[in-house]
Amino acid sequence: MKSITPNLFSLQNRISPESFSPLDPSYYGKETLETEEVGFWRASWRRLKHNKIAMISLCLIGLIILFAFIGPLFSPYTYDQQIRGDEGMFPTLKHLFGTDKLGRDLLVRCMIGTRISLAVGVVSAIIVLIIGSIYGSISGLFGGKVDTVMMRIVDIIYSVPEILLIVVIKMVIDQPLEQLVSTVDFLMPLQKVGSGLIAIFIVYGSLYWVGMARIVRGQILQLKEMEFITAARVLGCSQKDLIKKHLLPNCIGQLIATVMLQIPSAIFTEAFLSFLGIGVSAPLASLGSLTAEALGGIYSYAYRVISPAVLISLIILAFNLFGDGLRDALDPKMKK
Amino acid sequence: MELGQKIVKRIFLAIISFLIIITITFFIMNLVPGDPFMSEKATAATQAVLREKYGLDQPVYVQFAKYMWNVLHGDMGNSYVLQKGRAITEIVTESFAISMQLGVKALLVAVFLGIPMGCLAGLYKDKPADSIIRVVSAVGISIPGYVIAAILLIVFSVKLGWLPTSYTKPGGSIMPIITLAIYPTCYLARLTKASILEVLNQDYLRTTRAKGMSEFTVIFVHALKNSLIPIITYLGPLTASILTGGFVAESVFNVPGLGRYFVSAISSRDYTLIMGTTIFYSALIISMNLLCDILYQAVDPRIHMN
Repeated sequence: MKSITPNLFSLQNRISPESFSPLDPSYYGKETLETEEVGFWRASWRRLKHNKIAMISLCLIGLIILFAFIGPLFSPYTYDQQIRGDEGMFPTLKHLFGTDKLGRDLLVRCMIGTRISLAVGVVSAIIVLIIGSIYGSISGLFGGKVDTVMMRIVDIIYSVPEILLIVVIKMVIDQPLEQLVSTVDFLMPLQKVGSGLIAIFIVYGSLYWVGMARIVRGQILQLKEMEFITAARVLGCSQKDLIKKHLLPNCIGQLIATVMLQIPSAIFTEAFLSFLGIGVSAPLASLGSLTAEALGGIYSYAYRVISPAVLISLIILAFNLFGDGLRDALDPKMKK
Repeated sequence: MELGQKIVKRIFLAIISFLIIITITFFIMNLVPGDPFMSEKATAATQAVLREKYGLDQPVYVQFAKYMWNVLHGDMGNSYVLQKGRAITEIVTESFAISMQLGVKALLVAVFLGIPMGCLAGLYKDKPADSIIRVVSAVGISIPGYVIAAILLIVFSVKLGWLPTSYTKPGGSIMPIITLAIYPTCYLARLTKASILEVLNQDYLRTTRAKGMSEFTVIFVHALKNSLIPIITYLGPLTASILTGGFVAESVFNVPGLGRYFVSAISSRDYTLIMGTTIFYSALIISMNLLCDILYQAVDPRIHMN
């Protein structure tokens, strides 16, 4: 018999008969997916872990939080303690960051200041989140005339230069607020926080929620056309539950990313107010007010400016970078 | 919606926001306990005379109507504290001229430095140049203005002694301009890069590449043209940020501009001056935003197609 030489130019497939034999029974059952199911949070975390800049920023934020909340426990001084004889000292071993002209240890003051600045950022961001997401989802879900009116209001607030209004409002509500906090019984606990801080929260929360409201509304408008919302409606879901249980949880990624970027912006605003002399009131200190205070003596005491200035810049930078990374991780579609 | 209709709507919106600003500032200032003459060592009779002179004894709504009428006629009253008796409009126009000189220079720096930076980052995407620009711009938008001012002062005036601390001496405007320009420059760089990356994969750019143009021409000529459209909308907020940045830069470097007046008006509680400045700034920012919006609509035919 003539042996079959393979023809190089043949298009025929050479198929062996074994390919048609039945599989071993043990093979079945392996037909499932080999990879484990990865949920939303796990997947986001995986993406985030690959982002080096975001992870470094996250570590930095962790360190800063430790510095602000654990640090003061190890310090022999308190933030408002005026140490006699140690006034206006340059950085030494006893006072690592030096002291100010009243003899207060700047290291502790920086720690407390970091704490206040972080608090301003986080609380303001949460206020913005609450107001913005409720307003935005109501506007988006109801649609029609409600939407038009609500969005007109947002448009108007949006076109108002907020930083000017913040200055004006903050200046004016400080005094009445202090009176309110110190006289009305159920507001007494707030005294500890200080009326200056509360005023910052109110001012920031009352003007900056519009951006959030716009983002949430945009998301809701997309989501509400989807089948699962129709299904929920058919099953008799109330409007409130629709927002709470179905719509908002589905735009959580966007919400978190936006809130994260709100934090540095609030810290920035507080620092600006402190510079104008209407930030946190003494003896409390924020990083902004520490820097602003030290600016007066910059020619002879430059070191007093450096530590709070570096800290505040680091915090804002870390939150900005982490927020960017988080946004990419939570919403990979946006990145493309 | 037709383009004309949209523009009319935008103008209407701008006017409403402006009126709201005047209303809010006026009523807020009226909520302040006491009046500007309380702190002065004057007898009750003198204070009454002063109040009558400035119309503060009339009911609030009368004062408001009067103030509104005056503002719309370009009269914002007189300063009570800082420059007693001087018309606010006079103070504002005089000091704003100085602020504007600085502001326009800073704006030019931001535009002519920030946009090329963004283009370069887009051109060398994921290369060292891109990383450097990304880090620099991230740092730039994270440092508060007065920290920049402080660093500049310490380095260039105190340590090196290269630049004068006073604005009036030659070279004195360099540091205020840098302080003003850093944030917008870095923001513009980020914005431009994001905008360039968005258009980078579009067909018309593939065509220009296929025609054999260098990557430099593709980015700086063809991609940039279309990416500039979203950047136009930022020019409004850019003006606002340079104006508010002026508060810091002018106070730290002692520039006799409107920003410094605003800051000292706040610390001395000169309410009419604060109101006047706020209204002036708001009018400026709102009209800049309006202008950018209209420009944006007019430049890009795709926007009012759908």
